[in-house]
Amino acid sequence: MEYSQRIYLDYAATTPVDERVVQAMLPLFTQNFGNPSSVHFYGQKAEAVVSASRQRVATWLNARSEEIYFTSGGTESNNLAIRGNLLANRDKKRCCHVLVSEVEHHAVLHTAKYAAEQNGFELELIPVDEFGRVSVEDVRCLIRPETVLVSVIYANNEVGTINPIREIAAVCREKNVLFHTDAVQAAAHLPLDVLADGMDLMTMGAHKFYGPKGVGGLYIRRGTPIVPMNTGGGQERDMRAGTENVPYIYGMAEAYNITRREMETNSARVKNMRDFLIKSVLEKIPRARLTGHPDKRLPNHASFVFEGVDGNHLLTLLDAAGFACSSGSACKAGSPKPSDVLVAMGFSKNWNKGSLRVTLGRQTTMEEVDLLAASLPVLVEKVRSF
Amino acid sequence: MSGGVDSSMAAALLLEQGYKVTGLMLHLWCENEEDNKCCTPEAVQQARNIAAQLGIPFYVIDAEEKFRQIVVEHFYESYLEGKTPNPCYVCNQQFRWNILLKWADSIGADYLATGHYARIQKKENGTFELLRGMDDWKDQSYMLSGLSQSQLSRTILPLGTSRKTDIREKAREIDLIVADKEDSQDLCFLGKQDYRDFLKTHKPEAIHPGKIVTRRGDAVGEHTGLAFYTIGQRKGLGLASQEPLYVLDKDVMKNELVVGYEEELGRNELTADKFNWISGEPLPESKALMVKIRYRSDFHPGQVEALGTDCARIKFDQPLRDITPGQIAVVYDGDLVVGSGIIRI
Repeated sequence: MEYSQRIYLDYAATTPVDERVVQAMLPLFTQNFGNPSSVHFYGQKAEAVVSASRQRVATWLNARSEEIYFTSGGTESNNLAIRGNLLANRDKKRCCHVLVSEVEHHAVLHTAKYAAEQNGFELELIPVDEFGRVSVEDVRCLIRPETVLVSVIYANNEVGTINPIREIAAVCREKNVLFHTDAVQAAAHLPLDVLADGMDLMTMGAHKFYGPKGVGGLYIRRGTPIVPMNTGGGQERDMRAGTENVPYIYGMAEAYNITRREMETNSARVKNMRDFLIKSVLEKIPRARLTGHPDKRLPNHASFVFEGVDGNHLLTLLDAAGFACSSGSACKAGSPKPSDVLVAMGFSKNWNKGSLRVTLGRQTTMEEVDLLAASLPVLVEKVRSF
Repeated sequence: MSGGVDSSMAAALLLEQGYKVTGLMLHLWCENEEDNKCCTPEAVQQARNIAAQLGIPFYVIDAEEKFRQIVVEHFYESYLEGKTPNPCYVCNQQFRWNILLKWADSIGADYLATGHYARIQKKENGTFELLRGMDDWKDQSYMLSGLSQSQLSRTILPLGTSRKTDIREKAREIDLIVADKEDSQDLCFLGKQDYRDFLKTHKPEAIHPGKIVTRRGDAVGEHTGLAFYTIGQRKGLGLASQEPLYVLDKDVMKNELVVGYEEELGRNELTADKFNWISGEPLPESKALMVKIRYRSDFHPGQVEALGTDCARIKFDQPLRDITPGQIAVVYDGDLVVGSGIIRI
């Protein structure tokens, strides 16, 4: 099968860079190439690009420009937010308990684990319900006098569930605890607003919203204590040293701009196709379930579990048939392990290895979704009867 | 694909011939993932890199449990029965070809190809023949001699007419990143371990010290476990004797190792079970053919006779000293593989 005949349905994993963003970035590699820290005109021009980019992102997020920090991506932002905060709190009076949901992306979960271990913090996991959703009441109950940070993912990458972020932020504010949210998936589909939402720390990664890989952002509310991870020349207001990746920062801002402008239309479009797919799968495939919340979920996101199916096997057959999808338990090395998220949500062994995630995007057509809907029942049966 | 030069070049040659190729790698059971030659993440990455270089899709298939159940269990059981197994023969016949052909069907492929040095030819009457590879030294037909007509009909062996040295050379010419990797020889599921340590760890019940006796039943020493010895072995018996003593036999029931002098060594005939006649039909009558009783060893002339459909008796022109139960006897008619079976004795 030629590359061009394949159908990409894994937008939650990554997205192609929007052609408009590519064009916007290109001149910055060769023309406006200066180091933003330089005194001379080249530096001034480059600095202006970074500054403008920061302002654009901040405006959309309803944040102050100086509260936006550029990093190398979502994972770095998560590391900075969590480790940076734990380190800042280590010797403070209020210490040393951290709350993180059971279904965080590993960039949060593993970082929280290591950072807690290394610094003598107690890490506690907030349980989730069968939709993978965190309850506000649980957060309220689990916060203690010693809690320094709560981290709950805005919208889950594996099962698409959107958490009650505003309510959780409100509880944290009430209890005077910092609230971080990993908004890497959410940023592409939901109109983030730091004022209305109320988080103190928020992670974003450009390659999920048609920007390039290798750049992301961290919103840090003014006054939030964070110890920098990358130290050196003091860039990003001493929070993240390193010569700014000007073209990519510009690309991120450009991509985010397009995303916010076109969000309503795009979301509506993909939601239709996504709903059609879900209906088709649940009707045509026996012993199939939708994972994640039925309505409070990302508009482009469809995730399923199929009983008695090896998720990796299904993905391979799908790829051989031209459909690029993913699953929570995918492992390229060939021994499928069940996903932590599905286990946390209560799916048993017979179900939790058979997950499939289909995420639609800007280039997805109804024809493509139709083809997948027609092929899935056949392929699931092939795996079941192998 | 294994990441090695043979399977990589097999893929490359098929592409040259105009086939659409997909690379599959089986993730098998290994004693220790770090030591093992075949299952390591590095080996997978190697195979993945080659697939990318050749521009073909590549998938890793989890077959750990099945492999362990079929191949590794057979390995243990053989030793428990006092036999010396050939896991690769069993793996090809009962596991690898089955799972890979199933996968081929699954993804809509017509054939399964491997980098084995052997040839498959289709006869006019539609049946398939298995022949030795044209590289005399590298020929791997022995290991494929357990395959059925059905399995052979769907298999392509692109390297059968080549010499290994030419394949390596060609790999260098096309800048294939693996060209100089050494051939892997050992059992794939053993780590750096010796099979003896492996057995001690995983199947200690197969290892019981016992008596070493002569054919007349006189006890002459102690053995450390029947699995540790092979028929025809002379060294390492720990026996003091005027003349050298050789392992003649293993008595599993009594857990005794039977030894004797050189003149007692040697048998003239063997019976092989689970005999696979490549053509699908047993030899109609006794025939003078060449026989290998061990991988990568000599041909021995002998008279081969079918016993029913599942067994064969082979009478050798000269007595052989190392006919070993559990090993595979493979019968050749010139380059043609006639059939193979498991030596019973």
